[in-house]
Amino acid sequence: MKGYAGRILRIDLTSRRVWTEPLDPAMAEKFLSGRGFGAYLLYTETEPGLAPLSPQNPLIISAGPLSGLLVPGAGKLDITAKSPLTGGYASANMGGMLAAELKYAGYDSVVITGSADQPVYLYIDDDQVQIGDASAYWGLGSLTLEERLKRELGEDFQIATIGPAAENLVHYACITHDFGRQAGRGGVGTVMGAKKLKAIAVRGTRSIPVADLEAYRERARAMFAACRSAEGLEAWQRYGTSGVTSWSNEIGVFPTRNFRGGTIEGYENLSGEVMRQAIVVSDKACFACPSPCGKYSHVRKQDVHVEGPEYETTAMLGGNCGLTDIQDVAYANWLADELGLDSISAGNCIGFAMECYQRGVIGPADTDGLELRFGDSEVVFTLLKRIAHRGGIGDALAEGVKRAATKWGGGSEAWAIQVKGMEQSGYETHYAPSMLLAYMTCDVGAHHNRAWAVTYDIQMDRDSYTPDKAAKVIELQHIRPLFDCLGCCRLQWVEIGLDLAYYAPILQAATGVHRSWDDLLTISERVWNLTRLYWMRETPGFGRDWDAPPARFYSEPAVAGAGDGRKADWESVQALLDEYYRQRGWDRQGLPTPQTLARLGLTEL
Amino acid sequence: MYLHADSQRCSGCRACLLACSLHLFGENNPKKAALAIIPHFPAPGNYEVRTCTQCGVCTEVCPVGAIHRNGHGVYFIDAEACAFCGVCIVACPEQVIYVHPEVPAPFKCDLCDECTSFCGMNVLSIVGEEAR
Repeated sequence: MKGYAGRILRIDLTSRRVWTEPLDPAMAEKFLSGRGFGAYLLYTETEPGLAPLSPQNPLIISAGPLSGLLVPGAGKLDITAKSPLTGGYASANMGGMLAAELKYAGYDSVVITGSADQPVYLYIDDDQVQIGDASAYWGLGSLTLEERLKRELGEDFQIATIGPAAENLVHYACITHDFGRQAGRGGVGTVMGAKKLKAIAVRGTRSIPVADLEAYRERARAMFAACRSAEGLEAWQRYGTSGVTSWSNEIGVFPTRNFRGGTIEGYENLSGEVMRQAIVVSDKACFACPSPCGKYSHVRKQDVHVEGPEYETTAMLGGNCGLTDIQDVAYANWLADELGLDSISAGNCIGFAMECYQRGVIGPADTDGLELRFGDSEVVFTLLKRIAHRGGIGDALAEGVKRAATKWGGGSEAWAIQVKGMEQSGYETHYAPSMLLAYMTCDVGAHHNRAWAVTYDIQMDRDSYTPDKAAKVIELQHIRPLFDCLGCCRLQWVEIGLDLAYYAPILQAATGVHRSWDDLLTISERVWNLTRLYWMRETPGFGRDWDAPPARFYSEPAVAGAGDGRKADWESVQALLDEYYRQRGWDRQGLPTPQTLARLGLTEL
Repeated sequence: MYLHADSQRCSGCRACLLACSLHLFGENNPKKAALAIIPHFPAPGNYEVRTCTQCGVCTEVCPVGAIHRNGHGVYFIDAEACAFCGVCIVACPEQVIYVHPEVPAPFKCDLCDECTSFCGMNVLSIVGEEAR
């Protein structure tokens, strides 16, 4: 199959068996690859109800048909598993060089099952695949180990690692690659830790065949030329996602002190301009990306290098914990990366703990005397380490805010900012109905990646809950995750306006299969519904209660900034959710109807 | 004329490597490219780009006279005459003469200019002798 590597690599760590299978063309036709393969294989190859930390939970690592090709941003990798954080579907996406390298080594997906009895790492050098001893690496930080493996194996190996957080089964441990790229959300690193799989090293030397070489090269030229002449390119290259920070504060959606408000005083010190001037040393791109969002920084005080902080980390470890010094945020970012923690969930958990402390739900006896004050950077640093090592209060926070709230009680459920058990990411949604709906209905929990609908609220009307908002969220939930099926980055489209009309033709040139953009969106909708089926299968009584918004956003008004005094209206949110279900072809409980499943070819599943 | 790289601007994406392998071999394979990006991470955190400067050292060291200069000032390896001794690979000051198991002779930059149009950071450019 052109455009694809054509094989799936299978590894069972329990039996130490390694084998390959040819790629199933029917699976590629229906699910494309990347996130699509992950969802399909997770659904069809696992027994219902398995424990996320059991050896049977597969870690499914998939590139896409565009990964490794000359397409802007063609370096995105999907990692799917059953989530230790939510108990449902987890799919985390990572940039860097690994997706391309896997394809060059001859694999579209790597499916890892079982678990090792001693720490191991996976060595993939084209056809040579070995399970190596990683006892000497256990306990090392993610970045430290990557540097060491590069030294031991060679610079041309691409490395993914986990840190102590994953070893200690923190429920939101991430997988790190390329000194600062993460598969961050939902605890895919935790699944790797449970398997005692400390690292994956890949080198590939093969070519990826394409169906129509001349058409492919011509379309590649056109796509890169369009990116290079894009109006927004220069600013995006200079600031990356940190360019969003000031805007987010000005419109009042920047998570501030556990999502109590959307604007933090002194946010100017977190801005992209300040960051660029104060700490950035270079621009850092993923594979074949002409518009690198990676800003690589040096933090002088602690003398560490870190990729970022990008917007989400600035929001969650910065504003949400009350920090407004970019150097502090950058060091917290480095700690999260080295320890192997998802900086979004970690920042949300720390903000939650600070509020619990402020309200007296927990006290010095629970924190070993540490005073959990918003704005205290040393507290943030200390809590990150305690979470990663499950020390003291870190043990409760390592399970996420939903479980911590259940444990601590005292009404803290009301300010645990999560959906489906996943901590909300960096947009405060008292006064942004489309974005709130996006968080409620995102298929991994409260993550912004599937639908960045906040811009639609700003563009239209922040007070309205009209049907077009449901339609916009659904539209985005099909377009954006489609990139995760294709194996390339969406940010050339989102941020510098690369026309979506380029993608179907270059995919056709690569694969030789004609598909219109609408055909591709149907695949994306199919995957979306399949992930819903997975939640239904894995969660007894699953329905609209799982799509409920965090209580804070409709029960108490936002504090300060553009959204000061505003809150979401409960009845209107419910009506908007009904409308969303109706437009999706789901019933009032949010379950796909038989007609919808038939339309998408999912009936047999 | 030669391919000049402003390493300080490079963000390490490797689109140039892929463009190069597509030009030289019609294949998607950065391991078949005739320029290199060397990452220096975690510290100091930058990239070093190595390109052929058409300096001619390769032709001076070639014991069988298999490396010639064409009318555009570009040195190229005559695969039929090449003795596969590897002397040019070792002698190249930029280390940009390459071998690959699937390619019958060493290969190098032919100054095609393809890579420059895929670089989002404007690292690469063709410059004249006066730029040396």
